[in-house]
Amino acid sequence: MPPPSLPPPAARAALLVLADGRFPAGGHAHSGGAEQAVAAGRITDAAGLEAYCRGRLHTAGLTSAALAAAACAGADPLRLDEAADARTPSPALRATARRLGRQLLRATRAAWPAAELDALAEARPRGVHQPVVLGVAARAAGLGPVDAAHAALYEAVSGPTTATVRLLGLDPFEATAVLARLAPALEDVAARAAAAGGRAAADGRTGADPGELLPAASAPLLDIAAEEHAVRAGRLFAS
Amino acid sequence: MHLDHPGTPPQRYTYGPATHRPGAPPTPAPAPAAAPGRRALRVGLGGPVGSGKTATVAALCRLLHDELSLAVVTNDIYTREDAEFLLREGVLPPERITAVETGACPHTAIRDDISANVEAVEDLEATVGPLDVVLVESGGDNLTATFSRGLADVQLFVIDVAGGDDIPRKGGPGVTTADLLVVNKTDLAPYVGSDLARMARDARAQRGEKPVVFTSLAREGGVRPVADWLRERVAAWRTA
Amino acid sequence: MAHGVTDGRAAPAARAPAGGVRAHARITAAPHARGGTALPELAGDGPLALRRIRAGAGEARVCLVGAMAGPLGGDRVRLDVRVESGAALCITSAAATLALPGTTGEPARYDVRLTVDDDAELRWLPEPLVSVRGSRLHVTYRVDLAPTARLVFREEQVLGRTGEPSGRLISRLTARSGGRPLLNQTTDYGPGAPAWDGPAVLADNRASGQLLVAAPEFADTPAEAYVLAPGRAAITPLAGPATLTTAMAPNSLLLRTLLDDAHTRTTDTRRSPSGADGPAVSRG
Repeated sequence: MPPPSLPPPAARAALLVLADGRFPAGGHAHSGGAEQAVAAGRITDAAGLEAYCRGRLHTAGLTSAALAAAACAGADPLRLDEAADARTPSPALRATARRLGRQLLRATRAAWPAAELDALAEARPRGVHQPVVLGVAARAAGLGPVDAAHAALYEAVSGPTTATVRLLGLDPFEATAVLARLAPALEDVAARAAAAGGRAAADGRTGADPGELLPAASAPLLDIAAEEHAVRAGRLFAS
Repeated sequence: MHLDHPGTPPQRYTYGPATHRPGAPPTPAPAPAAAPGRRALRVGLGGPVGSGKTATVAALCRLLHDELSLAVVTNDIYTREDAEFLLREGVLPPERITAVETGACPHTAIRDDISANVEAVEDLEATVGPLDVVLVESGGDNLTATFSRGLADVQLFVIDVAGGDDIPRKGGPGVTTADLLVVNKTDLAPYVGSDLARMARDARAQRGEKPVVFTSLAREGGVRPVADWLRERVAAWRTA
Repeated sequence: MAHGVTDGRAAPAARAPAGGVRAHARITAAPHARGGTALPELAGDGPLALRRIRAGAGEARVCLVGAMAGPLGGDRVRLDVRVESGAALCITSAAATLALPGTTGEPARYDVRLTVDDDAELRWLPEPLVSVRGSRLHVTYRVDLAPTARLVFREEQVLGRTGEPSGRLISRLTARSGGRPLLNQTTDYGPGAPAWDGPAVLADNRASGQLLVAAPEFADTPAEAYVLAPGRAAITPLAGPATLTTAMAPNSLLLRTLLDDAHTRTTDTRRSPSGADGPAVSRG
């Protein structure tokens, strides 16, 4: 496995654009499950937020990042979309992933127009799982699999962090420090996800199912809580 | 006006008022088909909490659903509350009302990241279109919230006299830039000591020639000034 | 697949001093010529002894009997099960399986492959797997379902015996239906697994389980999602023809209660998971 390489400098700036929380792809309305975790008393302070984000990083985050990396490395996005379905038992989370995927595709087609993006929108007008779109988007922006993984993982932890600041009135400095403390773990998981994504894309070129061997790390509480949140009255976030 | 003859085919009422029997839920008549060849006019409704945005949407739908093909996107602070109000009121068939969730930041969803709202508008056009008008109602927010031009072709800003008669003087992007400023609840002015003439003067100073209407939605036909403005905008949109 | 071995006795156990046990057990179920289900192959091996027990209506039943303690660190145990068209098989176990530490520090591996052909049914209902302090076990379940296959699959993990910390337990479940991915998930619990006992994964729970119910009827009429117990269990329709119940509890007893409830709700012909009249799925 070749070591994940840094993107060329111009692409690094593109990564900042893609991973920016203000990138207009709908993320601001989603809490990454934090709203339900706060409601259930599982996140009450910065320490709880950090533990929550660490759990998400190593489970749903790793799984998403590997899908994004595989898509960026050129694996068939439609087969990856099936692989993402099989990794998402919660119908609420499948619907959220497809809705966000569609919104991301819209923003990306404006930012980095590419035939691959147009083809994806045409093939699946109801949306593709967001991490898969993120991988194709990274590719269109001239980024590599490890960048796609970074973007997916950063979103996996920054979404709940921003939401918790709003929900708990958590000190934003403390919240940002949580993200900074997670950075080494994020680097580590991104490298693993990128390596797995690269292998999956290589498998796909031999005709094998690119999704079969990708990481499928799951967090049962995230799945259960997502279903609770979906039927919750008076919620602020869409997921 | 139409008389309710027994045995009259329901199509008879397509372009007339919905027939309400006492006790029966309101049943909106089938909407007329929109003029083909143009996407719907997208109308943003913004304004502070409680100023009457949802009531304006409901009144516009009741008044105009016979002559225009309408749909509504709500942006709720708490999920679906406004959408559910509109559904309960029966102002439009349920498939013409969509709720967008905003993650505690309603202004973000109509200005900085409009992706969810644009998707919702396009979905409505795809599923119940062609449409003449899509009303996009923002979640109640502050005086700085305005719609992105990427989402709304025209926007109106709803304030009310009870919120203080100095709001037009204070200005802010909503008051100064909206295509129509609606000052609602004029019936309350005597009770809250608001000076309507002063509000009109201040609004003109802030907005120049851009129109201002005073409404009292609590009164029969109170929404007519807004509806008249909307008809003009639809006509202009069709010929543009 | 080689048929003909009908003796359920375990092969002579050979625990290699360094590398641990290598064992490969096989079960094949096929329709009996006179009705019901026959077991043309029932071959235990090593720690997996297989006993045929009294049959249900049309269904053959096999009980997994632990022939020795284990799996121990370094062991590699494999079980292949195939249910052929027209057959019905239920697999249970006599007691909980204990994952125990070995002498080498190497993890044990337990690989289960379940194949269910068209118009066949498998019910996989073993007792829990207990991850004993200091143990390391990798479990993989590979499930291949033909388009009209039926499956009830229960997995229960207990993280440590009473009052004891958990061992490391990594479990991967890969299920395909009609050749398409149905469910693919890995859990990683115990010392060294990142954030497993945190607020996103298991919180304070030490028993975790799932119940996968696949049936062709779900292709046309997916079950509705249903929260069985807040923060504990939810029934979810998968993208393919199946429902998955995900459950967790402080102990194995409460976990079993949740999964039994889910079992009734997702296999009962007359109810939707919420208990209302509505689409549900028969066991045929």
